[in-house]
Amino acid sequence: MFAYLVRRCVLSLLVLLGAAVATFLILHLAPGDPAQLMLGDVGATPEQIRALRVQLGLDDPLPAQLGRYLWRAAHLDFGYSFYSRQPVAAELARQLPATVELSLAAFLLAVVVGVPLGVVAALWRGRWLDSLATGGAVVGISMPSFWLGLLLIFAFAIYLGWFPVTGQGGLDRLVLPGIALAVGPGALIARLVRSSVLEVLRKEYVRVAQAKGLSPSRVLVRHILRNSLIPVVTIAGLQLGAMLSGAVVIETVFARQGVGRLAVTAILAKDFPLVQGVVFLAAVIYVTINTVVDVLYALLNPTIRLR
Amino acid sequence: MPRVLGTRSARIGLAFLGLVTALAILAPWLATHDPLAMTTGQVLKPPSRVHLFGTDQFGRDVWSRVVYGGRISLWLGFISVSIAVTVGGVLGLMAGLYPGRISGPIQWGTEVLLAFPGILLTLAVSAILGPGLIQAMVAVGLSAVPFYVRLVRGTTLAITSEAYIEAARALGGDDRRIALRHVLPNISGPLMVFISIGLGTAVLTGSALTFLGLGAQPPTPEWGGILAEGRNYMRQAWWITLFPGLAIMVTVLGFNMLGDGLRDALDATLRG
Repeated sequence: MFAYLVRRCVLSLLVLLGAAVATFLILHLAPGDPAQLMLGDVGATPEQIRALRVQLGLDDPLPAQLGRYLWRAAHLDFGYSFYSRQPVAAELARQLPATVELSLAAFLLAVVVGVPLGVVAALWRGRWLDSLATGGAVVGISMPSFWLGLLLIFAFAIYLGWFPVTGQGGLDRLVLPGIALAVGPGALIARLVRSSVLEVLRKEYVRVAQAKGLSPSRVLVRHILRNSLIPVVTIAGLQLGAMLSGAVVIETVFARQGVGRLAVTAILAKDFPLVQGVVFLAAVIYVTINTVVDVLYALLNPTIRLR
Repeated sequence: MPRVLGTRSARIGLAFLGLVTALAILAPWLATHDPLAMTTGQVLKPPSRVHLFGTDQFGRDVWSRVVYGGRISLWLGFISVSIAVTVGGVLGLMAGLYPGRISGPIQWGTEVLLAFPGILLTLAVSAILGPGLIQAMVAVGLSAVPFYVRLVRGTTLAITSEAYIEAARALGGDDRRIALRHVLPNISGPLMVFISIGLGTAVLTGSALTFLGLGAQPPTPEWGGILAEGRNYMRQAWWITLFPGLAIMVTVLGFNMLGDGLRDALDATLRG
């Protein structure tokens, strides 16, 4: 088990190293001179541009630049935003709490709704409740989150006036974006829980438990749910990571602060240090969540734990 | 094919896709107005007999924009998935056929790209390529490549470990012949499922990119773009937002349901 943990962590570190190299390439593959972009449209002289290139080390050989970039990335130093002139790390630290708040709220909602929906659909397989749940899930997966967000704004903020239209702060401002972000992952979780429960229902130990005369609720909790929810941990964890990318669109729709909206504005403004920072931060969070989920899965699943 | 049509999911999916494709192909005949023509006296008009889906803030006919938009959104889906299948298929096949020196870097690259969740990889590619429809197609396509590499590599590895491949090699079959005669025909089933669901994802991601301002640029009638323009007028004109979103959902639902049906049919085939 220990060897597995070490191997998993080393693999994650290698992937993060690759992710850092990939974000480094963003700046170098993008058209245009970074120094020119940084000086903006203020009519910088060629001398000023050349001086800035020297200052930023842009004339150094690429491997040297990459080495310097990796060293700084390991210290979460991505330089300064072209536009705000603030350190990228400070910008990220300012925006991250809002994204974490939204993602966690949506994740909680997706699990609280998705898991029971999947269990009910499996237990009532082939009945109208199952058709409703599975039909609802495929619609939920196919629905564009930005459209759902706009529909929610129209129905509950503009028409009924129950919630504020956009913005930050307070639970009431979290409800609509939380729902818009939760529907897709919740639907996916419901589908996976359904198929996982159906698979466990076919196992012999469930039939043995039923034959022993255990109460249906005891069979459900002790034998069916305990076993069928193990694979769901992996998928639910991956969905938490995917919330980060979903937040890009939802934060824009609801005009909320957050790293997702920061990413879009940075790309539109060609603010490359900020783009590099956001993209690398997302990779770090996603890889960390995936590693934790894998380790959790190994701990929960005796067939892996005892290996 | 008959087995695919035997599943309800595939039949509904194909019906949705048939409808959307027919609307897109017949757009020049079905559109009641020029999708780009602005009419000053017809601004933000609700749905009526003259304007089936109403008009937008420039007096353009939303129905005509939505049916023409189908052409762009479907093209975006097909081109980007073609890029992903071609690049991902070749890399996956190479990684599966040549484990070791070639497979290692391809696998590592795939894992690295998969570390960027969902639309973020597409956004990163868009940051390099800049905004535009062609750029969006390439960005959506390239960001889907790692998924195809993983699928094709995994399936190739499974197939090449079968006894009949060893027999083919023993009989002097070279790698190209093995790839074309044995691997590709066996891979087509899972790949079809993946492509169907991938097309839905590509349409969804492409319209999200345009919605964010990074895909097709105004006044091109792309579904995500029409939605983005309509969001500022939701209080006065809900129809600009409702109909393009519905079109995206029906299309993605169609691809997802077809993919589900294909998978069920394939599972039944594998079970015999």
